[in-house]
Amino acid sequence: MTHMEATHAIPHPGVHEAHHEGSGFWRGYVFSTDHKVIGLQYGFTALCFLLFGFFLMLMMRWQIGHPGQPVPIMGPVLEKVLGQVASRGIMSPDLYNSFGAMHGTIMVFMAIVPLAFAAFGNYLVPLMIGAPDMAFPRVNMASYQAYVLGGLIMFTSFFIPGGAAQAGWTSYSPLATSIPTNGQTFWIVGMVLLITSSLLGAVNVIATIIQLRAPGMTWMRLPFFVWAQFVTAFLLLLAFPPLEAAALMQLMDKVAHTSFFLPTGLAIGGTLANVSGGGSPLLWQHLFWFLAHPEVYVLILPAMGIVAEIIANNTRKSIWGYKSLVYSILTLGFLSFIVWAHHMYLTGMGTRISTFFQTTTMIISIPSVVILTCLFMSLWGGSIRFNTPMLFVMAFLPMFGIGGLTGLPLGFSYSDLHLHDTYYVIAHFHYIVAPGTIFALFAGIYYWFPKITGRTMDEFWGRVHFWLSLVFMNLIFQPMFAQGMAGMLRRMSDGGANYSAATLGPDVSGGLSSRILHLNIFILWAAVGLGIAQVPFILNFFWSIKHGKPAGSDNPWQATTLEWQTPTPPPHGNFATPPQVYRGPYEYSVPGHDRDFTPQNEPEKA
Amino acid sequence: MDIPYTVELRPDTGLYNAKVGIWLFLASEVMLFGALFSAYILLRVGAPEGYWPHGWLNVPLGTANTLVLITSSITTVLAWVSLKANQFGRFKLFHAITLLCALVFVGIKSFEYHDKFVHYEFTLKNGKFADGHMVENKLKQDGNSFTGYAVIRGHVVEDERELYDLNAHKAPAHEDIRIDGAQIAKMGNYGPWHNTYTAIYFTLTGLHALHVIGGAIVIGFLWGPGSKLWETDPERFTNRIEISGLFWHFVDLIWIFLFPVLYLL
Ligand code: HEM
Ligand SMILES: [Cu+2]
Repeated sequence: MTHMEATHAIPHPGVHEAHHEGSGFWRGYVFSTDHKVIGLQYGFTALCFLLFGFFLMLMMRWQIGHPGQPVPIMGPVLEKVLGQVASRGIMSPDLYNSFGAMHGTIMVFMAIVPLAFAAFGNYLVPLMIGAPDMAFPRVNMASYQAYVLGGLIMFTSFFIPGGAAQAGWTSYSPLATSIPTNGQTFWIVGMVLLITSSLLGAVNVIATIIQLRAPGMTWMRLPFFVWAQFVTAFLLLLAFPPLEAAALMQLMDKVAHTSFFLPTGLAIGGTLANVSGGGSPLLWQHLFWFLAHPEVYVLILPAMGIVAEIIANNTRKSIWGYKSLVYSILTLGFLSFIVWAHHMYLTGMGTRISTFFQTTTMIISIPSVVILTCLFMSLWGGSIRFNTPMLFVMAFLPMFGIGGLTGLPLGFSYSDLHLHDTYYVIAHFHYIVAPGTIFALFAGIYYWFPKITGRTMDEFWGRVHFWLSLVFMNLIFQPMFAQGMAGMLRRMSDGGANYSAATLGPDVSGGLSSRILHLNIFILWAAVGLGIAQVPFILNFFWSIKHGKPAGSDNPWQATTLEWQTPTPPPHGNFATPPQVYRGPYEYSVPGHDRDFTPQNEPEKA
Repeated sequence: MDIPYTVELRPDTGLYNAKVGIWLFLASEVMLFGALFSAYILLRVGAPEGYWPHGWLNVPLGTANTLVLITSSITTVLAWVSLKANQFGRFKLFHAITLLCALVFVGIKSFEYHDKFVHYEFTLKNGKFADGHMVENKLKQDGNSFTGYAVIRGHVVEDERELYDLNAHKAPAHEDIRIDGAQIAKMGNYGPWHNTYTAIYFTLTGLHALHVIGGAIVIGFLWGPGSKLWETDPERFTNRIEISGLFWHFVDLIWIFLFPVLYLL
């Protein structure tokens, strides 16, 4: 490689490592305060949860496809571990509800957010801005520990009498409060810990970006990834506390028998509940969605950041419309706080309020479209390198497009009346989160792997992983649009079989056609296929850590941003010498330069 | 490389790291309490006519607590100023007062809580309502029926709403009333479960009290064992006092909102 990298690649082992941390397994890996180690801890834990959440869903898909039949292979295991709720290996409706609620909770709060925000953010933000670590390393460690503790509580709740929470990841009261088991209490306590973890992480990321940018790293020279993390952190910081408040109130309802969310005259199982009443179920929904709409942007913005970095690097040209991207993402962040009630059109809020939220929902689509357009335009005229990270990114763009466009009919109250709570909604947001965000996360893993390990992951198996995932993702989620439009509701433990068999009256035939129901079996096998498609990834991942092809350089992709201008892996303290930044983040193929990339810390020639 | 700006100010922001951190943290706290205040408004607006309590809390005690917290805010500032002026002894004195104030505040709050837990409302079978503080409780509950008796110091009213607006209906002189188990249709004390007002009252003030206790623990640590830092790194120590002080002011400010909302309105 070139002389430039060579000068930066001189590692100074010892000097940096000896300095803060004692060596040894515990200080080095478990109670580390180094942002990179914490980032990897987050990443590894979150990937485990991602896999676990996927397995929950696989079993649910079996039950939807073949209601009341024993789950193959896993059935006896379920019965052994969970007992009565899975007797004879058959998933009971209660168990289905638990798995459903926990699938959503795990995927959103314990897998995607920790991976996209905490893992990637922790590892990369300090490196990209030229900082030696996060602003508050010990707070950083505490935030990971809170996450693990919250995760453990959630996980333990599967094994308590009555099992885990059953009221959906949305946990609407009064349902959530009146289910007589303790799963919901575990859920709330777990959530409070996860929220605490996110808040600490958000404070840390924002303070780091404000305070620790290297000399010369002005705001408009920040890589777009850093902007994305910055806005994400603000969303977490300001949207999570209301959910925390709501969780505290639901906890009071559950343990102190208050009636925050329990209305007067509430009857449970046909008898009047012994509560004071006077509460408001809608209050829960407002507080929940006040968090949960910004939360969906927490799921997507870091992914957009990853995508922008990889596109710039692999098209070998500057991102198209960097400033538009930055202003759009700031607008998006702001607007995401005032659209939440588009999840509540059917609660009878009144047409005026509906109109307000329809309007804001349509307005928020504009910056989303601007971002997507900029990313597409960035491809134009590039000499694109189609490596595995780039393939995942290229798939992200149309997949996110499908997810976003199908959001528009949901954003209008009149079309949402039909689509609300159907599989159409499931398809909508999974298109954004699964072939969208998760693809971007895969891309990020393939892309930054050489910086972390000094080795690259195998290209061939990367491509196998990519193509199979792309095909199966679409086979899973595309049919759900059809099911939803045909009226198939979500959260039914038999996939709509009973509903379909019911006759609704003399002139109205059964609910769902057999074609629509048969799609459930099709989706089941597509989901199994998706699971199998992850095997090459998992093997490739672990194999490449030790045996992958050596990256051969500190900057194998010939990238411009600062994280590549460090020794590999970056030592404690990150940079051999404090970096000085001279230029913007995407100076690729600048005419007149002798190479097609100019790192941010390369001085102007005299 | 050490982490920069832990003590010295970053030139372009004019702040050291922890100060950015605490302001961000306080922003999230604003959202936390903001959500609970919104809940208060929604529950109050949604309450049936005449069933939102007025005058249930002891205004003189609330006023006293307000004054206690304001005092502690002043001594917090003075403690910090003393450090800036290099007067460690005065710092110790002022923060001792801060800690004392925290103790008094929590003491008064516990007394108020206790008062609510011994205050009972009985729905009687004759359609009337008995209300007062428990003097002697010899009741036994079996399902929905009661045996034994209770003595309360209070009064009996015809319309439950009289119990709700104590500002409008000045309660008649309290006397000891004996209630037999057989008369009782329903009973309960004024704990969080009593109605949505007590629910939000206990939740808001309870969360606030936890903040007071947490803040006092931090300030107590910096006042006691943590103050050794003054000898080795006085600037950093002063910053810590400033940060903990900012948190303390925020906790006071929350109370300045809580007091009128819960006690006066
Ligand atoms: C781009 C414009 C978007 C619009 C107009 C939009 C609109 C909507 C609407 C109106 C709903 C409620 C549907 C219903 O329950 O009846 C919804 C649900 C949902 N959306 Fe979007 N959305 C958009 C983008 C996103 C993004 C970027 C994400 C990120 C992951 C996302 C994730 C979700 C989720 C998770 C739900 C379902 C929540 C639940 O009920 O469990 N959406 N969307
Ligand atoms: Cu939304």
